[in-house]
Amino acid sequence: MRRVVITGLGVVSAAGVGRDAFRQSLASGTSCIRPIQALDTSMLKFHFGAEVPGFDSSNHFSPKESALLDRSTQFAAIAAAEALTDSGVSLDPSRSAVVTGCSLGGKVTEEATYRELFAESRTRFDPFTIPKVMMNASASCLSMRHGVTGPCFTVSTACASASHAIGQAFWMVRSGLVDAALAGGTEAPFTLGVLRAWESMRVVSPDTCRPFSKDRAGLVLGEGAAILVLETLDAAQARGARLYAEICGFGMSSDASHITMPSASGAAQAMSAALADASLSPAEIGYINAHGTGTPANDPTETKAIRSVFPTPPPVSSTKAIHGHALGAAGALEAAATVLALCDDTLPPTANFTTPDPECDLDVVPNQPRRTQVEAALSNSFAFGGLNAVLAFRHL
Amino acid sequence: MNEEITQRVIRVIAHNQHVDPSTINPDSTFAELGIDSLDGLHILFALEEEFGLDIPDDVARTFTSIRQAVDGCAAVLEKKIIPA
Repeated sequence: MRRVVITGLGVVSAAGVGRDAFRQSLASGTSCIRPIQALDTSMLKFHFGAEVPGFDSSNHFSPKESALLDRSTQFAAIAAAEALTDSGVSLDPSRSAVVTGCSLGGKVTEEATYRELFAESRTRFDPFTIPKVMMNASASCLSMRHGVTGPCFTVSTACASASHAIGQAFWMVRSGLVDAALAGGTEAPFTLGVLRAWESMRVVSPDTCRPFSKDRAGLVLGEGAAILVLETLDAAQARGARLYAEICGFGMSSDASHITMPSASGAAQAMSAALADASLSPAEIGYINAHGTGTPANDPTETKAIRSVFPTPPPVSSTKAIHGHALGAAGALEAAATVLALCDDTLPPTANFTTPDPECDLDVVPNQPRRTQVEAALSNSFAFGGLNAVLAFRHL
Repeated sequence: MNEEITQRVIRVIAHNQHVDPSTINPDSTFAELGIDSLDGLHILFALEEEFGLDIPDDVARTFTSIRQAVDGCAAVLEKKIIPA
């Protein structure tokens, strides 16, 4: 089977537009959680989020382009363009793929349209409403913008969407179905309806996200996109491309138990599957980018899962304290964070860490980034609905 | 325990769980009633609607029995916490 490498990264996150801002926030452990700006949250129980700061569509798209693209698709388009420029690859149209992850679709557009329908009794809609809100808008947008005519599709598995998407793209390149792929995820969930729905689940922190801390109080929602350029190692080396890291394994599982309570055995099964797919032993893993939502339920369950697969667990951090929980984009932002950790020889910390929790007895790289070279790393994503996806990466 | 609140809590939970109110007594625990975390979320929602109040997450986490739900609702009502 062919070896697959990452040669380009594009990121739009709470750190700002662009990979460099994201990289800097990880390398410094700076939390990008701030008071929510998108809407008035005074009637909500929470007021903090990880939004893309000062995002102005007109800096990136013509008015005509902008009118066709939901905020979530705009994020994906910006990230993909940056990733392709970064990579320098020229895509062979029919030998390339696009796989995007998205949990909610074009909610900003959808909710504005519902407001017109239900609150304003409007009877005529923007005729582009359907193509703007469809979950696959980003995959289609990237395909059209970059002329990709091979397999293009969207995977939706809630908070694991982007990890499932990157895994599918990786397997297609590895198996020879295509030679290159754009893979990642996008999400833009800051609408009143989405925030209210999350509020009612009682899993959102009233202040900030403190993964693995004793006083963690829940997740903090985030938004953004990350797109990775995947190529074969041989092709990338032949054209002298800069290599971030190798993507070498992908594991999936389903808890088959509860719609929202995570299961340690399901998570452990996905990690073991990723290790087996990568032909890596647990001892070779030097870092795990945790799902680490900062909810009372996730973090101890994930700790138990990690301990069941790794007799001596490696350092584990959750970068969600930095970039928030970006739902369908989370797996892509965290894959990018994991790749950068390997490439920059720096483990991003678990920011906002305050107090150890005996139920989360891991080395969580608290607050300070750690300079160290590790050979291989995992990125965990566990979704509501019990669907788990784990990616494995290797240092090059 | 406040009798009126107790009866209202039992009625709401019985309706929400599709069981006869007579099968629930003030000392029943959620575990005995087969109420899991997701049922618990639905019950909190229904109790907030019933009493017109806002149950903070930290109070909600203490609800693992009928008695705790009654005491919690009563405490929130007494403090007259204005829904956020």
